[in-house]
Amino acid sequence: MEFAELIKTPRADNVVLHRPFHLAVEGTLCLTGHHLIFSSRRQDNAEELWLLHSNIDSIEKRFVGSLGTIVIRCKDLRIIQLDIPGMEECLNIASSIEALSTLDSVTLMYPFFYRPMFEVLEDGWSTFLLEQEFELLSSVTNEWRLSCVNKEFSVCPSYPPVVIVPKSIDDEALRKVALFRHGGRFPVLSYYHKKNGMAMMRSSQPLTGTNGRRCKEDEKLINATLRSGRRGFVIDTRPLAVAQQARAKGGGFEQEVHYPQWRRIHKYIERFNILQESFIKLVEACNDQSHNMDRWLSKLEASNWLTHIKELLTAACLAAQCIDREGASVLVHGSEGTDSTLQVTSLAQIILDPRCRTIRGFEALVVREWLQAGHPFQQRCAQSAYSNSKQKWEAPVFLLFLECVWQIHRQFPCSFEFNEHFLIMLFEHAYASQFGTFLGNNESERAKLKLPQKTMSLWSWVNRPEKLSRFQNPLYEANSLVIWPSVAPQSLQLWEGVFLRWNRPSRFLEEAEEERINIIKYNKELQAKVNALRRQLAELETDGEVQE
Amino acid sequence: VLHSQIASIEKQATTATGCPLLIRCKNFQVIHLVIPQERDCHDVYISLIRLARPVKYEELYCFSFNPKLDKEEREQGWKLVDLNEEYNRMGVPNNYWQISDVNRDYGVCDSYPTEVYVPKSATAHIIVGSSKFRSRRRFPALSYYCKGNNASICRSSQPLSGFSARCLEDEQMLQAIRKANPGSDFIYVVDTRPKLNAMANRAAGKGYENEDNYSNIKFQFIGIENIHVMRNSLQKMLEVCELKSPSMSDFLWGLENSGWLKHIKAIMDAGIFIAKAVAEEGVSVLVHCSDGWDRTAQVCSVASLLLDPYYRTMKGFMVLIEKDWVSFGHKFNHRYGNLDGDPKEISPVIDQFIECVWQLMEQFPCAFEFNERFLIHIQHHIYSCQFGNFLCNSQKERRELKIKERTYSLWAHLWKNRADYLNPLYRSDHSQTQGTLHPQIAPCNFLYKFWSGMYNRFEKGLHPRQSVTDYLMAVKEETQQLEEELEVLQERLANLQKSQSGNNKVKSKQQDQNKQFGLYTSNNSLANTPQEYSNDLKSFPSRSPSQGDEDSALILTQDNLKSSDPDLSANSDQESGVEDLSCRSPSGGGCLPSEDSGKDSDEAVFLAG
Repeated sequence: MEFAELIKTPRADNVVLHRPFHLAVEGTLCLTGHHLIFSSRRQDNAEELWLLHSNIDSIEKRFVGSLGTIVIRCKDLRIIQLDIPGMEECLNIASSIEALSTLDSVTLMYPFFYRPMFEVLEDGWSTFLLEQEFELLSSVTNEWRLSCVNKEFSVCPSYPPVVIVPKSIDDEALRKVALFRHGGRFPVLSYYHKKNGMAMMRSSQPLTGTNGRRCKEDEKLINATLRSGRRGFVIDTRPLAVAQQARAKGGGFEQEVHYPQWRRIHKYIERFNILQESFIKLVEACNDQSHNMDRWLSKLEASNWLTHIKELLTAACLAAQCIDREGASVLVHGSEGTDSTLQVTSLAQIILDPRCRTIRGFEALVVREWLQAGHPFQQRCAQSAYSNSKQKWEAPVFLLFLECVWQIHRQFPCSFEFNEHFLIMLFEHAYASQFGTFLGNNESERAKLKLPQKTMSLWSWVNRPEKLSRFQNPLYEANSLVIWPSVAPQSLQLWEGVFLRWNRPSRFLEEAEEERINIIKYNKELQAKVNALRRQLAELETDGEVQE
Repeated sequence: VLHSQIASIEKQATTATGCPLLIRCKNFQVIHLVIPQERDCHDVYISLIRLARPVKYEELYCFSFNPKLDKEEREQGWKLVDLNEEYNRMGVPNNYWQISDVNRDYGVCDSYPTEVYVPKSATAHIIVGSSKFRSRRRFPALSYYCKGNNASICRSSQPLSGFSARCLEDEQMLQAIRKANPGSDFIYVVDTRPKLNAMANRAAGKGYENEDNYSNIKFQFIGIENIHVMRNSLQKMLEVCELKSPSMSDFLWGLENSGWLKHIKAIMDAGIFIAKAVAEEGVSVLVHCSDGWDRTAQVCSVASLLLDPYYRTMKGFMVLIEKDWVSFGHKFNHRYGNLDGDPKEISPVIDQFIECVWQLMEQFPCAFEFNERFLIHIQHHIYSCQFGNFLCNSQKERRELKIKERTYSLWAHLWKNRADYLNPLYRSDHSQTQGTLHPQIAPCNFLYKFWSGMYNRFEKGLHPRQSVTDYLMAVKEETQQLEEELEVLQERLANLQKSQSGNNKVKSKQQDQNKQFGLYTSNNSLANTPQEYSNDLKSFPSRSPSQGDEDSALILTQDNLKSSDPDLSANSDQESGVEDLSCRSPSGGGCLPSEDSGKDSDEAVFLAG
């Protein structure tokens, strides 16, 4: 298919762009296969706006006489308005944008066409390999092994080709366990707590069904993570009733008779369609122009968004607490093990593992616990909060995770190497990107699409010094401790950087950030100067002594 | 805890362990005491009730508080804030404004200061005539003068207009205010009350200005509720803050239901309106409410703060409170219940102003020289009665009590410890510290946030565990030392080079070469413990593996979280020893013993679930 067929009017002049907190600008609008480009060439204020079609969540057109107006709502939650003279032009442009922003074939997406304008220092596709992770692990314990049982994605289609499992469990047993777990997602290692040797595993629900089916290999596998005489916790992210109902559909939960060394805790985390509705309501509240304070607070409350944040953080803290304080191993799962499970395991690592609070470490966490672990990004991020089309599998699962990280970051502002922009950038790229990183629903799909060969990795772009500097937190000081966030309502705030980003004035906050950076920068410069002088003095003094 | 901080004492039902006493403080601390003997408890209760409600000023702490300063230092302290100097700074007296001695012996208005600035064309006859037409004789007087364009903010109480009464002198007074601003042909009269309240006042012979009787005024209502509504609103919000492990919905619903943020926004909006009239339209404004000492003080001071960067400095903020609140007879004693009095007079009027400042600090992080701690400590001392500044209801009463001779000034104390109160992001040459601040007006409701630093001040576990402000201040302090060392080193280097080229053997061995830097690195760690995310963990060890029905005890509901046994918090404290590192606690300059006593005892319960 040629994009040109979809573009009936590639260019319109005298278009006026409206954005909140900006003066309206007049300029030229161009449509290309993947971008909407608006450029104004006014002398005092030349600017260009490039918008990926895939970033467009919904589009609305209105007419007053022959002047058409298009309101574009983006997945990054920004809203822009374009006034386009000429009814035909406007209609053409609107229908082109509509068609181009809803292409259904992945291979037509921009990452397959994008050619980087920067020098690739390090190929992001091979930066974070599980093999490296395992090497680190091997230096502290020999209880685990790397298994290639899923080499052809034949045992579990949503798992990566290699996984880390207890050493004592052979591939044959893994195949059997896979048959006993939803979608073949058998328990694998998610995190190893070096401090006390406890492990966090993740999986999907066991397929016990109504007649209480059991699987000896499954029991053996998860027991292999326990020290003799110790017990572990199964954190089930469903309420008990839901877990019980799941039995009727062949699912279920670990029965205590068969897993006597495990204690099950049900810590409810909301499922995807509810989350999507909550997301939509929250964004609606943030865009509400009504004048009234009560209305804002009740809409914020009614969206339930912060309730979900609180639930999620609480579950993650609980998992971390089991590992660090109770000295117990933990197995986390919900139903499929691709959403709430990953939220809990990845957040628990943020709390427990200082490495995950560095830029590299956080990237590795996203790769390991989200991309390789088979979170279906393409399904979940197909639509954002403005879309009019019917929901299918959309849900802001990853966004909720990022927001929880932000909440912890807010409580420990000096313990993270990255800043808020880094998290916002990941949110944007998960929903629309020039990079292939978040395409596909799992490693198997990515391999079939040949993403590493055909597209550029987000990490290749991010991990360059000139880019990284924008994402660095000037206040960072490595903190080797476990960080326990407060989950009280008074401690949780709306993530303004995402939800109010386009409808609050940001200049003063940006200035404050600049000020913080400058204070630290100046300090470091002085430190370097003083050190250099000290060295110089010391040299001169010893020279003097020699001369004596 | 100072007796003066006690807001209420409640005796609760006796339990097996003893008799619980619940003490709520005016600085939002809540203390639970359990006293083993009921008799003792009753005695304590009776004593506290008496001690918390002194009947004479002489009983208050400031008359016995002695910070070991000599007489001269004390007098110096009182001179730190000088209102004459402040009016001079504003640019009055000048061609349009003069100081009037009409209230010399508080003869005209006993709640006004002796020195009042009025328009030059307002004669004593006009002032006295106008004062007779105003509630409690609080005639229009200057609050803020804008040098740049001659526009001014004046304040008064409501006119005694009833349904039809007029007063020539009052009309002349307003005319005089307009004439003092030759650039503008009208003035705004802002009544900060809801229209309904103002209309109801007419029946009592009070009310508001009739536009027809006054030439060239534009009349405007801005609905800020009265002190009773505000008192109840705060009460409701504090109930929300006190909830044990509230859900997000409980909290947000309670916050909304209290209406507190709505009231804060109303005060801000009024201030923004006035600042805009003065700065952008160049129009003078007369502000009043009923008596002109609560809402009027709030609104005038918010507007001044927006208009003039000086009030956003530490010194300027002290001056502002002294000018708009202390000197113009805000009834500190009645509003903050320093002496035993009518509980219906108590209302968090200045608390709301202080919160408005905090909300502005959140929106303009570089605009204020002081930090949040400064505001919290001022709030604390408005209630503490440790310093004489906020005693009594008027200047007249304070003079009669000889406050300045017998007590110390808070401002001197804060000034002495100013290093603790600095905002590291403040630079006097920064754009946010210049000119008028323009906060977003509607519909930015979301910019107004719950201030947990104030209302949950003693729940340390709720606040960010690392303070950016303290961190940056430590960095800046280090930077300063580095600058000094750099200078010394450069000098030594120059000397050394000179002396070596002259083959001189003089060597300097200064000790400060070994000065250790990096002082902030270790200090910035955190006191941090896990909270009760689930009480299920506790019962685990006692369960035998094969025991009973697996499903029954495992469900984690809000209910069994709430019934957590009292041991839990102790338990988590014990655990916390493992990783506890001292946290950079706000160092409030010694005289806030209550600062640390709030400890984390309640933390675990708050955070459960």
